[in-house]
Amino acid sequence: MELSTFWFLLIAVLFTGYFVLEGFDFGVGVLLRVLGRDDRERRVLINTIGPVWDGNEVWLITAGGAMFAAFPEWYATLFSGFYLPLLLILLALIVRGVAFEYRHGRDHAGWKDRWDWAITIGSVVPAVLWGVAFANIFRGVPLTADHEYAGGLLTLLNPYGLLGGATFLAVFVTHGALFLALKTAGDIREHANRLAGRAGLVAVLLAGTFLVWSLVLRANPAAVVLAVLAAVALVAGLAANRVRREGWAFAGTATAIALTVATLFTALFPEVMPSTLDPAGTLTTANASSTPYTLTIMTWVAAIFTPIVLLYQAWTYWIFRRRLDTTHIPTH
Amino acid sequence: MDALDVARWQFGVTTVYHFLFVPLTIGLGPLVAVLQTMWLRTGDEKYLRLTKFYGKLFLINFAMGIVTGIVQEFQFGMNWSDYSRFVGDIFGAPLAIEALLAFFLESTFLGLWIFGWDRLPKRVHLATIWAAAIGSVLSAYFILAANSFMQNPVGYRIDPESGRAELTDFVAVLTNKVALITFPHTIAGAFLVAGSLIVSVSLWHVMRRGVTDETPAHRFATRFGAVVTLVATAAVLVTGDIQSKIMTQVQPMKMAAAEGLYDTESPAAFSVLTVGSLDGGREVFALKIPYLLSWLSTGDVNGEVHGINDLQAQYAAQYGPGDYAPMIPVAYWSFRLMIGFGLAAALVALLVLWAQRRGRTPSSKWLLRAGLVLPLLPLAANAFGWIFTEMGRQPWIVFGEMLTRDGVSRSVSLTEVLTSFTAFTLIYAILAVVEVRLLLTYAKRGLPPVAPPPDDDPGDRDADEDRPLAFAY
Ligand code: HDD
Ligand code: HEM
Ligand code: HEM
Repeated sequence: MELSTFWFLLIAVLFTGYFVLEGFDFGVGVLLRVLGRDDRERRVLINTIGPVWDGNEVWLITAGGAMFAAFPEWYATLFSGFYLPLLLILLALIVRGVAFEYRHGRDHAGWKDRWDWAITIGSVVPAVLWGVAFANIFRGVPLTADHEYAGGLLTLLNPYGLLGGATFLAVFVTHGALFLALKTAGDIREHANRLAGRAGLVAVLLAGTFLVWSLVLRANPAAVVLAVLAAVALVAGLAANRVRREGWAFAGTATAIALTVATLFTALFPEVMPSTLDPAGTLTTANASSTPYTLTIMTWVAAIFTPIVLLYQAWTYWIFRRRLDTTHIPTH
Repeated sequence: MDALDVARWQFGVTTVYHFLFVPLTIGLGPLVAVLQTMWLRTGDEKYLRLTKFYGKLFLINFAMGIVTGIVQEFQFGMNWSDYSRFVGDIFGAPLAIEALLAFFLESTFLGLWIFGWDRLPKRVHLATIWAAAIGSVLSAYFILAANSFMQNPVGYRIDPESGRAELTDFVAVLTNKVALITFPHTIAGAFLVAGSLIVSVSLWHVMRRGVTDETPAHRFATRFGAVVTLVATAAVLVTGDIQSKIMTQVQPMKMAAAEGLYDTESPAAFSVLTVGSLDGGREVFALKIPYLLSWLSTGDVNGEVHGINDLQAQYAAQYGPGDYAPMIPVAYWSFRLMIGFGLAAALVALLVLWAQRRGRTPSSKWLLRAGLVLPLLPLAANAFGWIFTEMGRQPWIVFGEMLTRDGVSRSVSLTEVLTSFTAFTLIYAILAVVEVRLLLTYAKRGLPPVAPPPDDDPGDRDADEDRPLAFAY
């Protein structure tokens, strides 16, 4: 396999990891005000993701860094082209990140309420905008021959892009609700379980349409197989939720998210950012990549350290495996 | 005003802001780890309470470090896409490695440390804060190696076809002599901040709270912080001196600008301060230390220091017509303010140690006030250090290879950059107020009580699943 192909794969894996992991903590954030009716319940919700959300976010930072290192041209075109959506994502991640830490800083209802809004909005915005962004990368955007983005903000808000945004949101909400059903006990667990069922129906509808539309835009046999498997995993997850097998249900949405991202990347390959304007503007793994020397070094580093990272992150999830409910929340 | 100016302002504002939190993370992490280690070694509750207290301040600060850091990573692509294209082959690698090696380590193990007090055996729990601290220091190394490439490009060639920089020797990039010396200098500067913070907070408790059960702990912490501050100052001086010499070799123009030295001199004097025209062209009064600039630049009291005029002529011949000098007043004053603020912090730390000698309780109002502003001094020194380093490199974004104005994103409009600059500045300003208030609230609250120690080791204790969390958001 060519090194640039390997790095395309690795970046796909990093984004997959990011969406599977931060997907559920976005979902929990979106549901904070829905499932958490009072302060104690909200604290339960926040504490289910407390030890892990930052580690989840580092998947994005690593994906960004890997893209910069392996495909500088892709990184440069994408980040300068999708300027305003990325700005909004950054602002959302800023308020969300500090909100977890600051919310508990003062014992004052108005204060907490404001930070709860920050968490909710800070989770909805990136969930939707990542969907819009990925749909547009896949669909193609106007790029000039020297790889500069020639569209505007409205270019990205096309129907397919918006469907992508809605799909990501619905799937993450379902994924988050299932995570909560898996990680909490008592009332919250019941509510999360029911909500996952309802949100799941919306998710199936949107994700189904999105996958079909995507395959109409561009497809190859492998992508079709992956898309079918993604749909199956999603439905199976929801079925497991109905019979209260929460672990399996969560595994179902996790797999569905992973396979959906895989579908997109597989159908895209070997292009990384197709141009709708000038075919010469299309970025591919070949014309966007770094030199083989850089890729070789990066490959060694990734080969050694990715397994280590996976091990200790898995260990974290194991350490914090127990279910939480309101009795676990200290009074101060 | 064009997109370039705004992008530069945005980079400066967001990076200096990021670096207000970074030194505290780098410095305070290991210090909290040391306190926790002392607790485990001695069993003295004082250390445990200090660990939790400073650990909390550390966490409030850490949150800001993270969220401002993500902006940094995205910003290269958003505002500096031509720069990213030009150096991606080289610059991206340390950034990606930083994330994979350091950020994962930091974030994961910090999560374990925060929430793991009752979930992990004591020794494993201690190891998590050390792992997180090592992650912070590692992250500094990689990002500084990336930055050093911009100051002194090594291990690369320019591809004649694409005109891009290509990596030829990664080891050379990681062992760039600028990186090797910038790293200890920056780390020492970080400990200067962390030590000062501890002195400031604990001194306030010692002086303002009367004698309580916390007093012995705060007296200890004050001394601990002061010693850290003084040792860090010594390290900053030694590394800064070496750095000056290396900088003079690789970027002589920066040293000339730092002194406002127009004509080549040997021996050259260092002016502590100058009154005159802003660009140093006309001098009314100057307080000069003879030979010092020669010593700083070359290690020889009679060494020759090249002046701006000579270097400008030389660069114009080498790179074509253009202005190759940075803004002289900025370089001149940021260099002095870095050194001045840093030394002022050391002075305060020294006074505090003296006032506490042999069990005395300091009572001077002036010392209390100095103690309160103390943490701001090294923060300012760090910020000016960066302003000096980065502004002194101008007009280059990659020294000798790419001009800053050529690195900016072409497809991004002035409106877009203005929007993002305004948004970041506003949100950063709001968060600064919130952050400072929270830090003050927690700092004033004093040491947390410690729960009676559980009678067994928490590691193998799934029995009491119903006990409330030892830490919860
Ligand atoms: C505070 C710490 C700091 C750090 C860690 C860095 N810089 Fe820097 N940089 C500055 C502090 C600074 C600055 C002092 O804030 C400057 C100088 C002028 C300005 O506007 O911002 C600046 C400017 C600046 C600019 C805008 C052009 C200009 O100077 O006006 C770019 C593109 C970079 N730097 C690039 C980098 C990169 C790629 C870094 C990563 C390794 C980096 N700098 C680290
Ligand atoms: C301009 C270049 C820089 C970039 C692109 C950058 C990038 C980042 C990113 C993406 C994070 C978030 C990591 C997380 O979520 O845990 C971060 C945090 C951090 N950065 Fe930076 N950074 C820059 C400058 C620096 C420098 C020069 C240093 C040290 C000398 C540094 C030290 C740190 C540390 C210790 C953290 C941990 C979080 C904290 O500070 O609380 N950064 N940085
Ligand atoms: C006293 C507290 C000080 C602090 C907190 C401090 C901090 C910093 C920081 C954060 C930087 C930017 C990062 C870097 O390039 O390392 C810097 C740069 C620098 N510092 Fe300091 N510094 C201090 C004192 C000194 C002293 C006493 C000297 C010289 C004797 C010195 C010489 C330098 C030089 C030459 C640079 C620029 C390096 C370059 O551009 O290549 N510093 N300082």
